[in-house]
Amino acid sequence: MLRRFIAGLALCVLAACARTPEPVRFHAEGMPATLADWNVVYVADGRLRLNARVVPYDLATPLFTDYAHKLRTVWMPAGTQAGYRPEATFDFPVGTILSKTFYYPRGEAGTVLRSADPGPDLADGGLALDAVRLVETRLLVRRAEGWIALPYVWNEAQTEARLMRGGELLPLTLVGNDGSRQQVDYAVPDQNQCAGCHGTDLKSKAVFPIGPKARHLNRSFAYEDRRANQLAHWQEVGYLGGVPAGSLPADARWDDPKAPLEARARAYLDINCGHCHSPRGAARTSGMWLDAATRDPLRLGRCKLPIAAGKGTGDHAYGIQPGDPDASILPYRMASTDPSVMMPELGRSVVHVEGVALLRAWIAAMPPYDCGG
Amino acid sequence: MANKMRLAAAVALALALPACEKVSSVSDSASPAGESGFAAEFRQQLLDAKPGDVIQVPAGTFHFDRSLSLRADGVTIRGAGRDKSVLSFKGQKAGAEGLLVNANDFTIEHLAIEDSKGDGLKVSEARGVTIRGVRVEWTGGPKTSNGAYGLYPVLCHDVLIEDAVAIGASDAGIYVGQSRDVVVRNSRAERNVAGIEIENTVNADVHGNIATGNTGGILVFNMPALTQQGDAVRVFANKVTANNTGNFGAKGTPVASVPAGSGIVVNSNDNIEIFDNDIADNQTANIIISSVFSTGYKADKASGEFDPYPERIFVHGNRLSGGGDSPDGLDLKALKVAMYGLGGRLPDVLFDGYVNPARAGGPQICLRDVSGVVNADGPGGYKNPSKDATPYACSLPSLPAVDLKRG
Repeated sequence: MLRRFIAGLALCVLAACARTPEPVRFHAEGMPATLADWNVVYVADGRLRLNARVVPYDLATPLFTDYAHKLRTVWMPAGTQAGYRPEATFDFPVGTILSKTFYYPRGEAGTVLRSADPGPDLADGGLALDAVRLVETRLLVRRAEGWIALPYVWNEAQTEARLMRGGELLPLTLVGNDGSRQQVDYAVPDQNQCAGCHGTDLKSKAVFPIGPKARHLNRSFAYEDRRANQLAHWQEVGYLGGVPAGSLPADARWDDPKAPLEARARAYLDINCGHCHSPRGAARTSGMWLDAATRDPLRLGRCKLPIAAGKGTGDHAYGIQPGDPDASILPYRMASTDPSVMMPELGRSVVHVEGVALLRAWIAAMPPYDCGG
Repeated sequence: MANKMRLAAAVALALALPACEKVSSVSDSASPAGESGFAAEFRQQLLDAKPGDVIQVPAGTFHFDRSLSLRADGVTIRGAGRDKSVLSFKGQKAGAEGLLVNANDFTIEHLAIEDSKGDGLKVSEARGVTIRGVRVEWTGGPKTSNGAYGLYPVLCHDVLIEDAVAIGASDAGIYVGQSRDVVVRNSRAERNVAGIEIENTVNADVHGNIATGNTGGILVFNMPALTQQGDAVRVFANKVTANNTGNFGAKGTPVASVPAGSGIVVNSNDNIEIFDNDIADNQTANIIISSVFSTGYKADKASGEFDPYPERIFVHGNRLSGGGDSPDGLDLKALKVAMYGLGGRLPDVLFDGYVNPARAGGPQICLRDVSGVVNADGPGGYKNPSKDATPYACSLPSLPAVDLKRG
């Protein structure tokens, strides 16, 4: 009896210390209470580690979330792969688990740092927990009936993330490079709010991933052993098929000073706004579409009268007054933290100063145009 | 030997604990810190909701620090009365509305939503919406910092709003946008910028309502570059009185152009019938007919098929009195003095004068049983206004009633 107990313990120790965790587990139904039930990422030896065949990825231009850094991963069941799509989210197989872990570099005395996200540092096999504070890990899981979104929130001890379907407000102190402090009510969305962004087709109400599209993924990534283009890597590991020959769509990096201003601004608008502001999204009510496919200047906001902006207009007459960011509604709403004014409506509680600067520069560079008002 | 084994076990256990990180902390925030009791329970019920569910809101005031949302079809949310069951969003920190609904066959009744940061109740892309006996109010009175819309169905089909109350919205108290087959009845809108606003909506009946103390009482608007154009709206048997509150809407919004003292306003919409209303004491004009050309719109080929001209407007059989005596804004004040003298007043109907010159038969704005009309000559820079009522002495066939088939 005792011998068996000890043997069992020894197995556990071996399993953990040899870093061969249980394989990823796809739950075809239900809502597991802890992130560990999925075994996609796990904590061991002071790091948040990725399980076998869990592939990290990054986006050319990401959604802004209160300066949180993000570790994104994809996993698919053995023998399955996603189908390439030129514009839409890839066609992922049933069983796919996407994870996005939101974290901050740690500052002094329980604060976190307000900094640009250089991409996850996975050297030595994972995010070092003495250097970063994990906030939440959101899963998007592809089941037979469609995608389900599950938000898991990390505990203070950083040992476990538990399902938090009701969301919550997490008070954080962000400290800037210059030492400035900012109190933040970081909002973990409730499960219905996940669909506020991921319900990219308002009519069908279905939830879809937003990031894993060709144009966002078409960039290089520093894998543990090498640097490679993500689309090429996904094909090599068998996660992506049906990729056409020739050049593939690629978004600009919003913060790449060498990229054209227009491309940077449109990439920023696409990933931060285009999931709602599209012909099919929740903000199609506004008549303002900011997704990558939209070309019509009026749809993009030029001289566009606001509809239901309420005080979100900031007393301005048009979405974009070309050449005049100060007279344009778009940067005004981006620069607000009032829930009834700010855009996006969800997912941030502080201003993305650098993002606002980009969009202001974009509008300022537009040739002046008489909107007529 | 046994001791040794016990030691080994202890060592193994000690090793296992930190390595496996199995230490779980039970005290972790399993429920949202800012919401407790029924509020937390209600949020959970919205997440778990299934078709056929009736979610009861007991009498009492329940506080939320974040917006709520519902995505399951066929759900009823039922309170104990619009002055008894209160969802309060005072001090709300996140979310652009109080409750956001994206679900079909939705009923909400007998409760109140107070002090949301943004819109009170937004229902988007839904078929079959009933809002009954719901009060949405900003309790600090009219303020620009109040949320924009009180009740806000948009992109909906088959909408009934009845016995509702909307107070203090910085845009419209009751707003139905880009929807089809709509009835707003027996409701009260006061001290909003717009009391009741029907925008880009097809087939709507607005009747039996009271709109008072707003900037504008009842508005029927059509805006460019949206999913559909408005058409076929009947406004009848309402009491639209003394909507003279100064416009506290943010500039740029469609309602910001509404002068204080507007009774019923039709803007760029076609096929409107206004009849059997009591319209009184709206100090700019009891009825205004206008175009978005008056509010900063510039014809643009990108606007596609948009028709900015109000056409086929039939006003008849209303009981009109007072009003027009103190129009809002220098231009209208000057117009009044120039046309009617210092002690005079604008007639019942004010028309901005934008017409489509290419339209055979003119705009077909038919005005009966009114004290008069003034065409302000907006297109001519307001230089040659006219009191000639003869172009408006016509009739139009009545519009059919909207029948939602639910009594």
